[in-house]
Amino acid sequence: MWLLRDTGKYFLLMRKVFVQPNRWKMFFRQLPLELEKQGLQSLPIVIIISVFIGAIMTIQTKLNTENPMLPVYSTGLVTRDTLLLEFSSTILCLILAGKVGSSIASEIGTMRITEQIDALEIMGINSANYLILPKISAFVAIMPFLVIISMAVGLIGGYLVGVFSDIITTADYLVGIQYAFIPYYVFYSLTKSLVFAFIISSVAAFYGYYAYGGALDVGTASTNAVVNSSVLILFFNLLITQLMLS
Amino acid sequence: MIEVKGLCKSFENKQILKNISAVFEAGKTNMIIGPSGSGKTVLMKSIIGLHPIDTGRIEYSGRNLPDMNTSRIRRLRREVGMLFQGSALFDSMTVLENVLFPLEMFSRKVQEENIERARFCLHRVNLSEQVYHLYPAEISGGMQKRTAIARAIALQPKYLFCDEPNSGLDPKTALIIDQLIHEITEEFNITTIVNSHDMNSIMEIGDNIIFINHGEKAWQGSKNEIFHSTNKDLNDFVFASNLFKKIKNSKQ
Ligand SMILES: Nc1ncnc2c1ncn2[C@@H]1O[C@H](COP(=O)(O)OP(=O)(O)OP(=O)(O)O)[C@@H](O)[C@H]1O
Ligand SMILES: [Mg+2]
Repeated sequence: MWLLRDTGKYFLLMRKVFVQPNRWKMFFRQLPLELEKQGLQSLPIVIIISVFIGAIMTIQTKLNTENPMLPVYSTGLVTRDTLLLEFSSTILCLILAGKVGSSIASEIGTMRITEQIDALEIMGINSANYLILPKISAFVAIMPFLVIISMAVGLIGGYLVGVFSDIITTADYLVGIQYAFIPYYVFYSLTKSLVFAFIISSVAAFYGYYAYGGALDVGTASTNAVVNSSVLILFFNLLITQLMLS
Repeated sequence: MIEVKGLCKSFENKQILKNISAVFEAGKTNMIIGPSGSGKTVLMKSIIGLHPIDTGRIEYSGRNLPDMNTSRIRRLRREVGMLFQGSALFDSMTVLENVLFPLEMFSRKVQEENIERARFCLHRVNLSEQVYHLYPAEISGGMQKRTAIARAIALQPKYLFCDEPNSGLDPKTALIIDQLIHEITEEFNITTIVNSHDMNSIMEIGDNIIFINHGEKAWQGSKNEIFHSTNKDLNDFVFASNLFKKIKNSKQ
């Protein structure tokens, strides 16, 4: 029952969000700020996690497949395809749901409980549109770049294993990551990430916008935002994979 | 002028406001008073349309708010200023930017004129230049209230709403804020509605007082009439403190 009601409320909110802004000037003033907050500030965590996962995946794949029958390129190939297919889109978005989602939910939630949203409404401003549209636009726009960066840095992480240890030679690794490359995987990954970026930012905005009560409730709202957007990401991951890969 | 007729409002089967009718005149400080939980904030938010009402009419100079669609309500709201209980300043903007915000959003003037207007408003509420570039978190509660008043009057509203304008302020600052609201109301002929349960401000600035008790309008009159009222609930509320009891007795 609550699921139906919240879904309805969510779509009603989205209908308020996706209309022409009162003033485009104000929208384009918010947008760069949001790009910085959600894009640039997410970059360090994206890079750190991707480089480590790339390295760890290379080591584990190599160690778990100690078999002379397997061709030399197998390790690089597995690392590359895992990054391209799952890690740099789905797993990365699950991590960003924690970072970006909670920050959006708590920012909007705080504005709600301190009556800043009421203040906007009293001025005759569509508060949902003014606050939420720049956030969703910025995050969806920046997401593909984060994904590409994550893929690149992840592959570099694997390469570093070759350089700094004798688990795998860099030559074998480089052959592997170029072997049987399917560009469509990148397209598939980027498509997924756009959907996930929309889910993260809009679901977080939804929970923040309807926060009610005090500071504690803002915390609850941001927890709900992270949990529910993560579940939705996993669900849509399955759906999109069915549609695009099978 | 705002006229409220037969306003009823309930939340999930719980009736909060029962058949309230009142007239709020322009150029006067109209006060809604009553004990905590009596429904003052709900009444104010219903009049502005932040809460949808069950039945009744809310006429802004003859225009009935419940009949309006969203875009007409938004247009009406540009004639409305509101001072919130917690100031509700945008905390990502400086004092000057807060006052500038409604101007940039709605006025068709060039930026220089907007800035001039914002400075005029800040000057009117006696804020010094030094705080213009500070953020709300960096100024005192009294200054925040002043900034909020400046923002509320930036677009020259016809209607001004103040929800407990002096809660959380010391008596002297509270008095200054009250007088500021009163002066601005007369100066610009605004229809002002103030929520309060502070006896000092009621006695200081209440031109027209409406007493709400358990969601019903129990009494209406001016601040002088309060002393001669025979309404028991009103007397219980107003003359709760010994000081005011003494004043009442001395007047009779
Ligand atoms: N959004 C809401 N949903 C349900 N009930 C509400 C809501 N807002 C207020 N109420 C109820 O309405 C009643 C009146 O509340 P209101 O805030 O108007 O009181 P008040 O007179 O402003 O009190 P105070 O002086 O303490 O601010 C309270 O019983 C409150 O629980
Ligand atoms: Mg109140």
